[in-house]
Amino acid sequence: MQRVTIDPITRLEGHGKIEIFLNEDGDVANTYFQIPELRGFERFCVGRPVEEMPLLTNRICGVCPEAHHMAAAKAADAVYHVEPPPAGKKLRELLYSGFYFTDHTTHFYALGGPDFVMGPTSPVAERNILGVIHKVGLEIGGKVIQARKYGHTIVEMIGGRKVHPCTSIPGGLTKGITEDQRQEIEKMGRWAIEFAQFSLQLFSDIVLGNKEYLDLILGDIYTHKTYSIGLVDENNKINFYDGKVSVVAPDGERIGKYAPNEYTDWIAERVEPWTYLKFPYLKKVGWKGFVDGKDSGVYFATPLSRLNAADGMATPLAQEQYEKFYSTLGGKPVHQRLAIHWARLVELLYAAERIVELATDPEITSDKFHTVPTEKPTEGVGIVEAPRGTLTHHYKTDERGILTEVNLIVGTTNNYAPITMSIKKAAQSLIKKGTVVNEGLLNMVEMAFRAYDPCFGCATHSLPGQMPLEVTIRNANGEPVEVLKQNC
Amino acid sequence: MTDAFEPVIIGFTCNWCSYRAADLAGTARVKYPPNVRLIRLMCSGRLDPTFVFKALAGGADGVLISGCHPGECHYIEQNYKALRRYLLLRRTLVGMGVEPGRVKLVWASAAEGVKLAEEITKMVAEIKELGPLQWPQWAQGNGHVAKVEAIPEEAAV
Amino acid sequence: MSANGKPKFAMYWAASCGGCEISVLNIHEKILDVDANFEVAFWPVAMDAKYKDVEAMPDKSILLTLFNGGMRNKENEEIAHLLRRKSQILVAFGSCACEGCIPGLANLSSTEQIFSAAYQSLSTVNPDNTQPQFEYGMPEGMISIPEFNPVLKTLDQVVPVDYYMPGCPPESHQIAAVVDLVIQVLQGQATLPPPGTTIGAGASTVCDDCPRLRNVKAIKKFVRIQDLNTIDPELCLLEQGIPCNGPATRNGCGALCPKASAQCIGCYGPAEGVVDYGARLIGSYASVIDSNDPDEIERILDGIPDPVGQFYRFNLAGSLMRAGTPAWKGNGSAGLGKT
Repeated sequence: MQRVTIDPITRLEGHGKIEIFLNEDGDVANTYFQIPELRGFERFCVGRPVEEMPLLTNRICGVCPEAHHMAAAKAADAVYHVEPPPAGKKLRELLYSGFYFTDHTTHFYALGGPDFVMGPTSPVAERNILGVIHKVGLEIGGKVIQARKYGHTIVEMIGGRKVHPCTSIPGGLTKGITEDQRQEIEKMGRWAIEFAQFSLQLFSDIVLGNKEYLDLILGDIYTHKTYSIGLVDENNKINFYDGKVSVVAPDGERIGKYAPNEYTDWIAERVEPWTYLKFPYLKKVGWKGFVDGKDSGVYFATPLSRLNAADGMATPLAQEQYEKFYSTLGGKPVHQRLAIHWARLVELLYAAERIVELATDPEITSDKFHTVPTEKPTEGVGIVEAPRGTLTHHYKTDERGILTEVNLIVGTTNNYAPITMSIKKAAQSLIKKGTVVNEGLLNMVEMAFRAYDPCFGCATHSLPGQMPLEVTIRNANGEPVEVLKQNC
Repeated sequence: MTDAFEPVIIGFTCNWCSYRAADLAGTARVKYPPNVRLIRLMCSGRLDPTFVFKALAGGADGVLISGCHPGECHYIEQNYKALRRYLLLRRTLVGMGVEPGRVKLVWASAAEGVKLAEEITKMVAEIKELGPLQWPQWAQGNGHVAKVEAIPEEAAV
Repeated sequence: MSANGKPKFAMYWAASCGGCEISVLNIHEKILDVDANFEVAFWPVAMDAKYKDVEAMPDKSILLTLFNGGMRNKENEEIAHLLRRKSQILVAFGSCACEGCIPGLANLSSTEQIFSAAYQSLSTVNPDNTQPQFEYGMPEGMISIPEFNPVLKTLDQVVPVDYYMPGCPPESHQIAAVVDLVIQVLQGQATLPPPGTTIGAGASTVCDDCPRLRNVKAIKKFVRIQDLNTIDPELCLLEQGIPCNGPATRNGCGALCPKASAQCIGCYGPAEGVVDYGARLIGSYASVIDSNDPDEIERILDGIPDPVGQFYRFNLAGSLMRAGTPAWKGNGSAGLGKT
């Protein structure tokens, strides 16, 4: 059997590796998407004091440490059976909204954007953030840099540092913000709303206004009908920081909403011997393999699945965009994976509006940002929505609050099965008997998983544009007969 | 833990009390096992925990720290520092999987040659019981530094 | 040397979290200075060169490589060797490469314990105790993943390193300063410091950067930060009983965490002249404890329930001991290998 190896996929932390096997007819027999990385957080956090988890788990991912920081803080609150005071929760959510703003901006402009702004078959050398800036102008490039700056400034003001924030502790935070800081955050938030609206307009003009791209988004190659999950508040509107996890079937029916301490009734993980990363699936439906459908426990957790799993957005401008999104794409739920890019921008707008909402809340400058825990620590679960998917931290401690067991289900991990399926489907659609394997193929395969904004084991991530792919075609003796490269 | 195992123990002694005690044991020909290699510090308070880690990582099976009795330190209070460091160090070593019996703190005045000899004898027996530590001899130091070549002419802008 | 005359630059991540990359991007407009003065030859996060392209480059043809991430598996080591061959100046960038960082705490466990925690976790359904195999035969052929090392190592425990740039991550203003320095060197306006120097950081301790008020330290109690009713915003954290690692940690970050009323956890690594970071902290904590009675001392020390983690949080892999006994005594290949 012929083997086509793509190794490594760069811009994934550590490395991702794809093996494509071709049968005698030259069709794809199977593909394997392997994750070669493991660092062992679930083991080496055992023995540490639980209040350190917001600091230790930051280091799972330096692109989204804020997500781990918040999930860890909430899990630590739960371990101590303590609720932060309202100002504490609001400050955490404000930091988190600032982070979402910067993170979604980075992904759209530096990662997803180039495929659409430049085009999936545009010259490789141009299909990156610099190409985008040249095409749309330096002014816009400057705005993107500004957006990232603002988001990180908000994180630093509340969290102490830009990367790996340090102020969340069980029961709240170590500090609050001053009135001056609040005003600055509000100003940045208002700019952020404009920038988010600008980004949505850009997407509408450049992507939705281009028939070729629209066909690509609506096409079948990148479509999978799976369950969607996402955190929602008590009104079933998306909330990144708090709420319950809504689970929605491929046909749109909500089959449940679970609280953090119920997650083991809903999510189970599967181990395969050929990769370090595990495959989560819906326990109540069961693992049926890498397949679509209502009977398969495969689910996805992304901006798109969050929109599918919720009934709407909690802020007015984002809600408008939510409605436009579904009316354009033919109703809920949407399964075309490339639509994740658009869903991400709807969330960008919500994050910006939320920054302003929280920054103008009279309690946000309160000095009551921490409640001292009084109960004995035992066990707790904290769930937030990381940009790349639902993030679950589960801790057990002894009576001193020293960790005895740690379980983490991390953002992109939720999507490992659907990404694997997306790659296989793209490969099968594009590599057939007689097809010449070329750069176009490689980029199309790339687009299959780039939409998920993967961050493998949350230790992997992709930044600007180009996925270098090298495809080696071997004959029956294993000797290379042709080597195709893209971006390398 | 065969009879052939002879522990290597590094003994940090202070100039004014415990080193003199060891000296006394020697001149009085008090027998004690030769497994302890003595290092003389001016004061037990000079003991940097780094020395202990260096000893264990370097191949020692145990470390003995000895100083003046509390209240009798030549430098007034510094043996209390040694005590506090020792207690915190021992807890840290346990966290790394090193048995607490491998690092001992013993007070011995200059006149207590016999006592020090007894303590050493006891410790050697205990370490024999525990067996060799055999800490892996990873490359010493903080790695090695390469020679940086001059930046070639062509690179200069 | 590239065709356009610009020296080559590379940045690579081994077992890392990506924070170092983000911190480099957070130099914002300054990234254009990098672009103007260098050709980016290999930077998996930002562009498309692959290992084969690096292998094809002549030895020493990359002028400057910033290498972050620890040596967790065989592939990390292979790429470290590769980039060492191809680079003139190799910088251990960030805490993982310099001293192992937080994932170095895995060195207190055996591979078996690490795998068991991952593959038999609370939500994992794994009745057959399946574990990842380095090589595995699928119906279509053999596929493989890199072999997990029993002990995580620092970059300089695998290849010779020219400079160290500490921090988790190195703060962006420090990265910008180093970028400026290197560009000045290229322009003949400055010289590189001696090999082995720690760059992009201070030579003193975080206490020097910290604005908090300091008195004579006499600690009667160590507290868990969540148990304090209020954290005094101006007084030294250690004096409030919060275990702060400032006294042995290198400065250069600006004492950001103490300024935010959170303890310094030591991410910038050992201060100048410190051979073993944890040992120094043990020494300094012991010096400021206000008691001479062994029982009382033990009670005070109970306030630090996890001394290994407290003193070696970032530094275990780079310390004198490097690991705990389970890591190197444990069966490093249990459940792994070929089928």
